[in-house]
Amino acid sequence: MRTIKFLLQKEFLQIFRNKGMLPIIFLMPVIQLVVLSFAATYELREVEFHIVDFDQSVSSQQLVNKFEASGYFNLQSQSQDVDDGIQLMRENEVRMMLVIPRHFERNAKSNRQAAVQLNIDAVDGATAGLVQGYGRSIIQDFGWEIQPQIKDTNLAQQAGIEIIPASWYNPNLDYIKYMVPGILVVLISMIGMFLSGMNIVREREIGTIEQLNVTPIKRYQFVTAKLLPFWIIALFELAVGLVIANIGFGIPFVGSVWLLFAIAGIYLLVVQGMGLFISTVTDTQQQAMFIAWFLMVVFILMGGLFTPIESMPGWAQDLTLINPVAHFIKIMRMVLLKGAGWADVQHLVGLLTVMAALILPAAIFRYRKSTS
Amino acid sequence: MQAFKGFITKEFKQIYRDKRTLIVLFGMPIIQMLLFGFAIRNEVEEATVMVLDASRDQVTRQLINKIDASNYFTVAGEIQRYDEIEELFQQGEIDEVLVFESDFARKLHRSERPSVNVITDASNPNLAQLIQQYSSSIIVDFQQRMDQDGQPHQGGIATNVNMLFNPQLESVNLFVPGLIAVILMLISALMTSISITREKEMGNMEILLVSPLRPVQIIVGKVLPYLVLAFVNVLTILALARWVFDVPFRGSYSLFLGESLLFIFTALALGVFISTRADDQQTAMMVSLAGLLLPTVLLSGFIFPISSMPLPLQWISNIIPARWFLVIVRSIMLKDSGLLFIWKETLVLVVMTLGFIALSVKSFKERLE
Repeated sequence: MRTIKFLLQKEFLQIFRNKGMLPIIFLMPVIQLVVLSFAATYELREVEFHIVDFDQSVSSQQLVNKFEASGYFNLQSQSQDVDDGIQLMRENEVRMMLVIPRHFERNAKSNRQAAVQLNIDAVDGATAGLVQGYGRSIIQDFGWEIQPQIKDTNLAQQAGIEIIPASWYNPNLDYIKYMVPGILVVLISMIGMFLSGMNIVREREIGTIEQLNVTPIKRYQFVTAKLLPFWIIALFELAVGLVIANIGFGIPFVGSVWLLFAIAGIYLLVVQGMGLFISTVTDTQQQAMFIAWFLMVVFILMGGLFTPIESMPGWAQDLTLINPVAHFIKIMRMVLLKGAGWADVQHLVGLLTVMAALILPAAIFRYRKSTS
Repeated sequence: MQAFKGFITKEFKQIYRDKRTLIVLFGMPIIQMLLFGFAIRNEVEEATVMVLDASRDQVTRQLINKIDASNYFTVAGEIQRYDEIEELFQQGEIDEVLVFESDFARKLHRSERPSVNVITDASNPNLAQLIQQYSSSIIVDFQQRMDQDGQPHQGGIATNVNMLFNPQLESVNLFVPGLIAVILMLISALMTSISITREKEMGNMEILLVSPLRPVQIIVGKVLPYLVLAFVNVLTILALARWVFDVPFRGSYSLFLGESLLFIFTALALGVFISTRADDQQTAMMVSLAGLLLPTVLLSGFIFPISSMPLPLQWISNIIPARWFLVIVRSIMLKDSGLLFIWKETLVLVVMTLGFIALSVKSFKERLE
């Protein structure tokens, strides 16, 4: 026990004396959490568009005004040539082109079928879908407004199915609430995986590991001393992150924070164990970093943080079973936003525990005190 | 000049002799490209729906079948009571619940407005928004088809929609070019970020400092081998995009390769800059790993469009190199844009590269402290 205490003292001193590293450990995660959480949205705003108006009538002008007044669209330019609009899309100046054909007004007012053309830059399919949705509904509204006979009957409410949408847990579809817990998970995982594990390969590369190897320190003592400091630091950052989430972003803690911390403790052991394992199988910090980075990117991008797991093909969904980041992101969101209790998350916690129970002994076993 | 040549030869040999690292450097982008190219999607497929049908008539049954038959949804089953919904959402396996009111068909025939509640689990707001949009449009479509037996269609304004450059709205065409930018950015910066710090940490720096090499030469010598490495990665990634993912390539290959060369040069220069500033490898790697990963993924427009972000973030995104290259790649691959259309983005990358090199040379310390 005394040995571990001295080792811990050495590790903590080393961490806090490295002045270049301190801001990276403590400041960078906080800044990223505060700034990046705002980025993750598909919300539509300010779509620049080009108009080709062959009709040049009062109605066509009204339609353009209606587009602009909607708040989603912004008139960028106009011309009498459709090719101009395509050109502008190639230059990424506009994302939509509205073409109003000749006799638009006459047809619309005489109750014949009038048509307009909506050309959308569909490179980003999700945004294109939204542009189409908003564009269509503006045009449809406009159609109702200018049709003469509808005015007379004074908005004959059509019979039909009434769709009542309801968004539970997050009625305003506020994406910040959803992103903050996820980004927080990523940030503490990076601290856990990149820093604690890498310590051993670093000592090996510099050569100081030999000094440790000739001491009577046992393997488990050594590993404990390497893991514990960053385990504590990561939990501390989780606490800071949660305070920011609660006070800064107004995210309510619906579920139990203590449950969350208990699970975070297990989760951190998994990522730290992975980092440690990587550093026992590599020779240089460079190799270790590349592999750790590789795993981290895979875990994050396939962990349901940005794109839903439901959208992935079946085999990729099965892969999330061995993805600890995916499990913990899910737990965080369930507990924080929906107030899920132990019964709802126990199977995920079970998975994390199994992972920790596999990777940690494996890492300790791989670490040899003798130099080959 | 002789010394410079010798130095470059030494750098090349050092890197290419380390076979294990080489395998990692060439293998990683390929695996990532394959995994992410298939897995990163934002279309909704087979979202699970529960039904609470108080009416149980022909109309509701038809509608449920129609929803089940669409690619977007799978109807997982039925529930009996309203308060079961809470529990279902808590478990997190169900994305949406449809609640039909009683006497649905009869009310519809009597021209009343029977209601259907579309309840989504909006703890994932982006997904909830998409699902709600899809289910509403299925219901509206269902209703229009029912109406068509009745009165003839009225006049009005028809909207003809053209989806240009990506008519099927496939997200693969969006994400694969994005992946090219993100993977190249991160790998290149990571590679060089430790190049100079490593020499510092190992103590070799003193040897370099007393050599006749000037700082610029040391920096160029460090970057050059990695430029070759990264360019090989460009070729493999492009090959995967073309032949594995079938992403259309409408523009010019030579322009694409030229722009890629410029971009990896930008990323490598950024790595060198980090490298000259950091004192040890660990710091350098933490900056290039933890510092670049999330900003590059989030602020480059790779997944979330930059135009959707709040204004301050749109400004910040301008300093992310991958943001500019992403526009270039998408424009060349999908829109057949020539240099004339993307000169602005190219210029930004050139300026960034020169800036990083100048900063690196400036922060390169010729003297020991």
